[in-house]
Amino acid sequence: MKHLLSTADLAKDEAIELLDTAAQMAATQSREIKKLPTLRGRTVVNLFFEDSTRTRISFETAAKRLSADVINFSAKGSSVSKGESLKDTALTLHAMGADAVVVRHWASGAPYQLAHAGWLDAAVLNAGDGTHMHPTQALLDAYTIRRHLGGHGGGLRRGGDDGVGADLVGVKVAIVGDVLHSRVARANVWLLRTLGAEVTLVAPPTLLPIGVEAWPCRTSYDLDATLADWQPDAVMMLRVQRERMSGGAGAFFPSPLEYTRYFGLDARRLAVLPAHSIVMHPGPMNRGLEISAEAADSDRAVIVEQVANGVAVRMAALYLLLSGSTTPATEGTAL
Amino acid sequence: MTTTYVLRGPRPLGGEPADVVLADGVITQIAAPGTADVPDGSDVVEVAADGYVLLPGLVDLHTHLREPGREDAETVASGTRAAAAGGFTAVHAMANTSPVADTAGVVEQVWRLGQEAGWVDVHPVGAVTVGLGGERLAELGAMADSAAHVRVFSDDGKCVHDPILMRRALEYVKAFDGVVAQHAQEPRLTEGAQMNEGVVSAEIGLAGWPAVAEEAIIARDVLLAEHVGSRLHVCHLSTAGSVEIVRWAKGRGIDVTAEVTPHHLILTDELARTYDPTFKVNPPLRTAADVEAVREGLADGTIDIVATDHAPHTREDKDCEWGAAAFGMTGLETALSVVQSTMVDTGRLTWSDVARVLSANPARIGRIDGTQGRPVAVGEPANLTLVDPAATRTVDGRAQATASGNTPFAGRELPGRVVATFLRGRATVLDGAPVQAPTGSTAVGGGVR
Repeated sequence: MKHLLSTADLAKDEAIELLDTAAQMAATQSREIKKLPTLRGRTVVNLFFEDSTRTRISFETAAKRLSADVINFSAKGSSVSKGESLKDTALTLHAMGADAVVVRHWASGAPYQLAHAGWLDAAVLNAGDGTHMHPTQALLDAYTIRRHLGGHGGGLRRGGDDGVGADLVGVKVAIVGDVLHSRVARANVWLLRTLGAEVTLVAPPTLLPIGVEAWPCRTSYDLDATLADWQPDAVMMLRVQRERMSGGAGAFFPSPLEYTRYFGLDARRLAVLPAHSIVMHPGPMNRGLEISAEAADSDRAVIVEQVANGVAVRMAALYLLLSGSTTPATEGTAL
Repeated sequence: MTTTYVLRGPRPLGGEPADVVLADGVITQIAAPGTADVPDGSDVVEVAADGYVLLPGLVDLHTHLREPGREDAETVASGTRAAAAGGFTAVHAMANTSPVADTAGVVEQVWRLGQEAGWVDVHPVGAVTVGLGGERLAELGAMADSAAHVRVFSDDGKCVHDPILMRRALEYVKAFDGVVAQHAQEPRLTEGAQMNEGVVSAEIGLAGWPAVAEEAIIARDVLLAEHVGSRLHVCHLSTAGSVEIVRWAKGRGIDVTAEVTPHHLILTDELARTYDPTFKVNPPLRTAADVEAVREGLADGTIDIVATDHAPHTREDKDCEWGAAAFGMTGLETALSVVQSTMVDTGRLTWSDVARVLSANPARIGRIDGTQGRPVAVGEPANLTLVDPAATRTVDGRAQATASGNTPFAGRELPGRVVATFLRGRATVLDGAPVQAPTGSTAVGGGVR
């Protein structure tokens, strides 16, 4: 694996290897000293063309726990209207000897361009591009689902092996909300499918893309019916951005209240779910809009755990991209 | 004294071989091969043209020459040189320059630059609305009456979307036999749009430009044109639905003409998966079904012409994120090859049809058919293109005459090669290479210094 750009081109064995490596990384994170020497002397650049403190901190933590040198490069704004072009930025990073570039960009495809345009030879790790992909988010989601549900043909996991080696065959995942603008949804649909899970996207028709019928999943406009009849093992709530409600005639739904009424996850809907089911959210949440406080704070919610798993998954991704080996030196001495 | 050219053995419009003699700006003889009566004098050039096809000089109804304003992307001189290299003898220069070609002054400037360059006849297109703003009519009459004799009006790049303004424009240009060439794009349905809306856009996460945004405007406009009894030209239609609407309108007797670009005849939205902004264009590349529909429409006459929408852009406007890149691709030097590849070599058009869709029809729509788009016949102006249909070439953006390298066909092998282009009897291209004109020698109505 040279780059991590999209979950659509991850093979099943690659995906499972990433999750298994993440499990090994996670195991090191319960030690008193969390730092591994694995990427000592390697340089990881966090290149963020879009604000995302959460994702940047997660990647920064992951890289530092692997002893990499981390450079944060914030390059907000359009490459054309303001400042330096993507190409010049890439050439600069190349000249500085970056080994991996973690890129968050407002433009769909920008990581793909960085990886393929010949501007730099570093490993490119997509940390979210436009409305296209967010592979590490999907991996941490799959990791979280597997820990709780994987490898047992659906239903609650028992035992403490964290699902290592397992796929997600038989697991049913409902992804609810603004699919149209969501890189998280796209990344999850392809990864979960590759791992054998079934996915239903639930959204008002305005927030499902034209062309969604070609995706490897089902779609529904009815959250209540999906929860009651399909009985998903995991429900993933997507963030609804405030700007989707404004814009007058161009708004995607009539009001926040109506959205919550039909697509919000609350205590009543939570009660319809199977007892073993888990509630997920990529964050940051709009409490009271797509998810109620009762749902977010319930013992079904694994939202905080997702954040912790994000560090382990990103450690795994950086490790596999930069070391090229499949056996992490997790026994090494901390620096 | 001008050079006399004796073309030995080409096939006029792909028909039987003949010798064709060009002298004093006109076709003076068409004779059986080997029998042309070669005039005396030293200034006679024989051109071996065995197996070549002789077409009337191509006419582009839709060219962006970028001057004034974006001379870093193209100038009238470089763009018209590219046009000649592509076999064209006339181009219509779109109005979205800076300043916009919305006054008699600007269109006369472009017209004069075209004359000075001397590669092809340059016919400026006038903007429909002031500054392409879509709010009030530009002085269409003044542009029509100017030295540039503007007959085609377009806000191309922008749609004349206000229905009452479009109605007024359609009505107003009747006074001087003008035509409104509409860039059909409903603006509200395409805010932020990056590519065709469909399976590919959904997957790769680029904002969609739906077919209905084009089709709804075309449907409205043909009905407006019917209502006010005016003629309408539809720029670069790109969807199967648009073809159906135009077919319906023509069946109803509405005076509408339509164009398709070479790239919409061959490329699809699958190319967006590369995120290479070379393939970012407006209207966007559509699906394979749409490509088939526009080929069918061109073959059955629903679509009247092929026009390039040659849209040169600087490297910095393309060497960036897809979302930040400019829309457009160059086309003058590849248009004929693409038409040969998609329509002639597939048996859907004859060379005579090619002359119709790339010369006679665009000349008629632009009302320059007194001098351009003429039959290949004795006494006609010697505006001609000599094509070697058996040649193949691999497109190299940097080797083209256009000042910009944003060709979507780079590295692709295409059939056909323009061997020579004649503008009023003077070779602007010979042996496949542009021939620099003596300044001002090909001014409209001239030909002799």
